[in-house]
Amino acid sequence: MKRFDIVGHRKIWYSFSSLIIIAGLICMFTKGFNLGIDFTGGTLIDLKFEQAVNINDVRKTMDDYGLGNSQIQLSGKSNNSLKATDVMIRTKDLSQSERQNIMSGLKQKLGNYKVLREEKVGATIGRELIMNAVWATLLSWLLIIAYVSYRFEFKFGLAAILALVHDTLVVLSIFSLTQKEIDSSFIAAILTIVGFSVNDTIVIFDRIRENLKLHFRRGGDIEELANHSIYQTLTRSIYTVTTVLVTTISLYVFGGDTTRDFAFALIVGFAFGSYSSIFTATPLWLTFREYSEKRHAQKRINANAAK
Amino acid sequence: MKRESFLKLAVVVIAVIAVFIMFIKPLAFSIRQGLDLQGGTHVVLEGVDTPQAKVNDDAMNRVVKIMENRVNAMGLTEPIIQREGQRRVIVELPGVKNPDKAINILGKTAMLEFRDEDGNTVLTGTDLKDAREETDQQGQNLVSLEFSPEGAKKFAKLTEENVGRTISILLDGKVLTAPRVNEPITGGKAVITGNRSLEEAHNLALLLRSGALPVKVKIIETRTVGPTLGQDSKDKSEFAFTIGVGAVVLFMLFFYRVSGFIADISLMAYVLILLFALKMLNATLTLPGIAGIILSVGMAVDANVLIFEHFKEEIRSGKTLRWAMDSGFKRAFTTIFDSNLTTIIAAVVLFFFGTGPIRGFAITLGLGVILSMFTAITMTQYLLKWLIASNIIHNPHLFGASLFTEKAVKK
Repeated sequence: MKRFDIVGHRKIWYSFSSLIIIAGLICMFTKGFNLGIDFTGGTLIDLKFEQAVNINDVRKTMDDYGLGNSQIQLSGKSNNSLKATDVMIRTKDLSQSERQNIMSGLKQKLGNYKVLREEKVGATIGRELIMNAVWATLLSWLLIIAYVSYRFEFKFGLAAILALVHDTLVVLSIFSLTQKEIDSSFIAAILTIVGFSVNDTIVIFDRIRENLKLHFRRGGDIEELANHSIYQTLTRSIYTVTTVLVTTISLYVFGGDTTRDFAFALIVGFAFGSYSSIFTATPLWLTFREYSEKRHAQKRINANAAK
Repeated sequence: MKRESFLKLAVVVIAVIAVFIMFIKPLAFSIRQGLDLQGGTHVVLEGVDTPQAKVNDDAMNRVVKIMENRVNAMGLTEPIIQREGQRRVIVELPGVKNPDKAINILGKTAMLEFRDEDGNTVLTGTDLKDAREETDQQGQNLVSLEFSPEGAKKFAKLTEENVGRTISILLDGKVLTAPRVNEPITGGKAVITGNRSLEEAHNLALLLRSGALPVKVKIIETRTVGPTLGQDSKDKSEFAFTIGVGAVVLFMLFFYRVSGFIADISLMAYVLILLFALKMLNATLTLPGIAGIILSVGMAVDANVLIFEHFKEEIRSGKTLRWAMDSGFKRAFTTIFDSNLTTIIAAVVLFFFGTGPIRGFAITLGLGVILSMFTAITMTQYLLKWLIASNIIHNPHLFGASLFTEKAVKK
């Protein structure tokens, strides 16, 4: 059976990835992200009413307090677009008494409820969180590139990190495009994806390294060797990404509202992490290798010409 | 030898399954649950610098003490009060009935100052060590004060310079009392007299002792999770966990048959060991933490998949089961080590940079990777060795060795 030449078609994969990332970047700069109150600061009130309430009534009540522009979201029983029992309100940072006023107002106008969740986060915490997240991500990249360069070689490390940057950008792009909410657990999701994706990449690199030692000395086509290594580890890649996706999808479907966006980030990240190990990291390593060979060859020619 | 291996295998398999069925629930539920699972209120307080009192380590430790007093006065069970970083205190109140009241009590800024007649603040709450109500021989109720060494010096200077004048003691800018200085007080101990009932004296002492914070503190974050949502999250994550683990178990059985079964046994042992370790570490289980466990289950089988894939390759090249198994483990080890170490790197970074629930997630993920490496390599290896030695299975098909092969094994 003739196998599909994966690394030979690398221009296709590069363009596919670039397309998503460019679309995402445009979206990031125009629409930005839907940042949760963890990052922006603000107040969140999540209530479960005894009787389904109308979204317009909720908005009207909020308007009485000058907060008609709050983000109001319905879910739960008898969920059509206008009426439901679960109401989540996100608004600017309210003082405790302001919030209490609003909550008693809602009770008076719309009936009795149970409090599911109440959160109030100051804006400074959000800024700290973002900075910590950025530093954490960069630091983990640095440590991983150091480790991979130490265990393999720099070209492998660089390719692995670029694949990670790719995965991170894709997840960010998709969160910007879908405008799904980003909260503090998103950082955990990104770093887990980083861990998983590099894990997946290393399995393939490890096989390439082994094959290089065993076979390449005897001569052979480097692209063929890369393809061969990918196919040798392909069953494992598919099985592993399947088990991880099965567990995260079960978390997404059954895990409840609070972990849903977190699970969504993981699903996207794992899927692309697995994709990037095969279609981004390995071709990138080849590209780097070819580039440095060409440079060496050029040097040799120059040296010869100089003689 | 055959029989002995089989017996060992059977004992371990039955023991793991039995322990799993009997103890998984009690074990999982005995781990302390975070507020997002059991409901409760989480408050973050931050010390703020003022011209009168700067935030320092000692002051923040006193804030923690005072918060403990306030929380204890509310009569709540199992509160957690801890410092975080330079100037923050986290208060966790599980199952609190009236969160608004609790937040009000915790958020009372209540900063204590001693001012002279010219309005200069000379001492703050930091300088005061203790305050008690007492009754003297004449039956007069008074409040006795004890100062810290630093405070005693300042107080001595203050009283020396202000004999005959009054000193006002202010809480949150409101004058609590303004006693007159009768004489210089140098010993670090003083009494405030005046016509007070014992109860008034008691209240004043209480305000001075535990009501007063050495620095200004503000609430920067509050989160309350109602009991309904907590229960709901718990039920849902339990269900997600069951489905996730069940799917992985079936998946391994389907693709790797007998070795898949062995991997499943190791997986069960892994989940038990992980939960046990979390309990021993006194970890708090939060929603992201559970997500970390569920995820680690998916990742835990990766090591076994790697080993079994190598094993299949060796079988295809015509090696015996035993040899194939050995070299499968050997060849897979470096890969498993390198690939898991990078995940551990990410978990460590997450642990040092994250706060609260993210930390919990980092712990479960990092611990999960390490423990799963152990069970997937050591335990699976022993069980498989015994299985092969007991000589009950010869057909490589039963190890999943020919499911996706392109060519049959050529002899």
